[in-house]
Amino acid sequence: MKKNITVRTTNMSFQFEKRTICLTMFLTILGMVVFFLSLSLGKTFDPWAVLRVIFGQGSKTEYLLIVQYRMPRVIIAVMIGAALAVSGAILQGMIKNPLASPNVVGITGGASAAAITWITVFPALSIQYLPFAAFAGAMLNATIIYLLAWKNGMSPLRLVIIGIGMAAFTTALTSMMIVLGPTYVANKAMIWLTGSIYGASWAQITVYLPWIVIFLPASFILLRSLNVAQINDDIAIGVGSPLAKQRVIFLIIAVALAGSAVAIGGAITFVGLMAPHIARKLVGPSFGGVFPISALLGAIIVMIADLIGRTAFQPLSIPVGVFTAAIGAPFFIYLLLKNKS
Amino acid sequence: MKVLFNTATKRSFGLVMLLVFLSLLFIMSMKLGVHHTTWKNIISTFTQFNNSNEHIIIRDVRFPRSLIAIAVGASLGIAGALLQVLTRNPLADTGILGINGGASLFVVMATTLFSVSSLTQYTWIAFLGAAVFGSIVYVLGQTTKSEHSPIRLTLAGAAIAAFTMSLTNAFLVIDESGLQEVLLWVSGSIAGREMDMLLNILPYMVIGWVGSILIATKMDALMLGENIAKSLGQNTIWVKATMGVLVILLAGSAVAIAGPVAFVGLVIPHIAKYMVGLHSRWIILYSGVLGGCLLLISDLFSRLIAMPRELPIGATTALIGVPVFVYIARKGKYTS
Repeated sequence: MKKNITVRTTNMSFQFEKRTICLTMFLTILGMVVFFLSLSLGKTFDPWAVLRVIFGQGSKTEYLLIVQYRMPRVIIAVMIGAALAVSGAILQGMIKNPLASPNVVGITGGASAAAITWITVFPALSIQYLPFAAFAGAMLNATIIYLLAWKNGMSPLRLVIIGIGMAAFTTALTSMMIVLGPTYVANKAMIWLTGSIYGASWAQITVYLPWIVIFLPASFILLRSLNVAQINDDIAIGVGSPLAKQRVIFLIIAVALAGSAVAIGGAITFVGLMAPHIARKLVGPSFGGVFPISALLGAIIVMIADLIGRTAFQPLSIPVGVFTAAIGAPFFIYLLLKNKS
Repeated sequence: MKVLFNTATKRSFGLVMLLVFLSLLFIMSMKLGVHHTTWKNIISTFTQFNNSNEHIIIRDVRFPRSLIAIAVGASLGIAGALLQVLTRNPLADTGILGINGGASLFVVMATTLFSVSSLTQYTWIAFLGAAVFGSIVYVLGQTTKSEHSPIRLTLAGAAIAAFTMSLTNAFLVIDESGLQEVLLWVSGSIAGREMDMLLNILPYMVIGWVGSILIATKMDALMLGENIAKSLGQNTIWVKATMGVLVILLAGSAVAIAGPVAFVGLVIPHIAKYMVGLHSRWIILYSGVLGGCLLLISDLFSRLIAMPRELPIGATTALIGVPVFVYIARKGKYTS
């Protein structure tokens, strides 16, 4: 049996690995199961209500609860998870460092600082602009980090170290803004910073959707050049990749995906670190497989984290970010230990 | 290496000058603030206290606050100096390596889960947190048995810091009561601390300061490298363990009183080294005094920049410290 399925036409060709396709299908089904569970679980577990609502038989309360409250929340979780995971995969490939992720290199920090500033300075303005503010902050911070790390060329490690420094800087800015802002904002900001999707609504989804629809496919189209870039700079240049230009494009995509995710869900950390690693373990280093698998994994991780957060400790509701950090930090440490050399 | 003070006399003179500068800052810190006070008022507070508002503000608010700034700054500066030698990492700092974060996580957990509220208990809990997370980061940063990779250590510290911060935030979100107060503490603050708090913690700090000055002679050899120190007959394990305990003592007590104030321990030893060269005992002394100065300056800035509101001092030190961090990071060589 062949390992790959090849599709060829006169002007393009694709090669699909069977393993990747099987895994993608399996994870899609798993994701749908988790999605269904998330819809059914609340104060009580009632899958029949979900089915009734899906087939248009549900009562008004059931409809309100499931379609107006739970569904946007779960959809947001899926979108954020996928965006963060792909952003992390891009960064890890581009920086060639397995420890890179949106929060380590300061994208999350920049977006948080900008978003909190936005909330404190213009509390009246609509949330519609929040993703733009977060994106601008993330882009600004990423650019500063990139420039500061540039010294006769780019060293990935220096980039990470400077990213850590700038993350501290943005954290300081954020806490400054919180303390200086009005008191009622502080609590809201605090919850937001930990990463939560409490108040997800369909309006948020419509705000967020364009970012996903534009930048997620864009990363899939460009993944070929990332495959080359992750091997070695010299090889990439040798086979004709315009490396410096591509780096900028990938940085913009990574920042757009993670920055807008932070704008909606707050600082949900470590998803962008974990998902690509697990994906690479499952399907190998080629980005053709890594992208879809990590997007699915990211979505599942965030959905499960949110599900546990809102059901396990009732009546308390724990922000998603706490769970992703609680799983993610030990994972990071495991990576550090594994790379001991 | 360019050194500002290259003889012992010059170094002593420099130290005296710094102490004068520290006293000036101390006086400024007593004088400036939201509430207007005159010079006469400050003097009469200590000579003939009369229960007026000005006198109470000076005696009960500004005086302890300034002393706490000096004590915390000195402790963090010295802790940084020890840590940079211990880990052979110019980027080491109790904040960056997650030690402050660990201490504050434990304190926040103790307050929210077990309703601990006495400062003596705070202190021990902070020590415990600093010790637990300090050891984790130290072990993670090791590549082989005794060598440390600066980058690994920084990365491990960043991960632990993110981990503790996120858990700390979680506990704060769960327990919203008193959020505002704890929030200020969590980002580092020395506002509203009383003299009792300082007196409670001062013994630990003094042990840390004196211990660091005593261990400094051993550090000179250690700075040259573990093997050289060993071949000079030093029991490096014992020396390093002592330094580790001192760091935990200093960082833990600083966090217990002021919350996690970062970057003081990073910036100060570098300035000290530039002033006195690689003489550990002088570095420790200078780091202590300079740390006090830096924290007083940061505190003045936090108080005055947005009057009558106050910035958390931890944010101010980070704003000052990050450019230095970036500068040092750029100087280092990184080959993957």
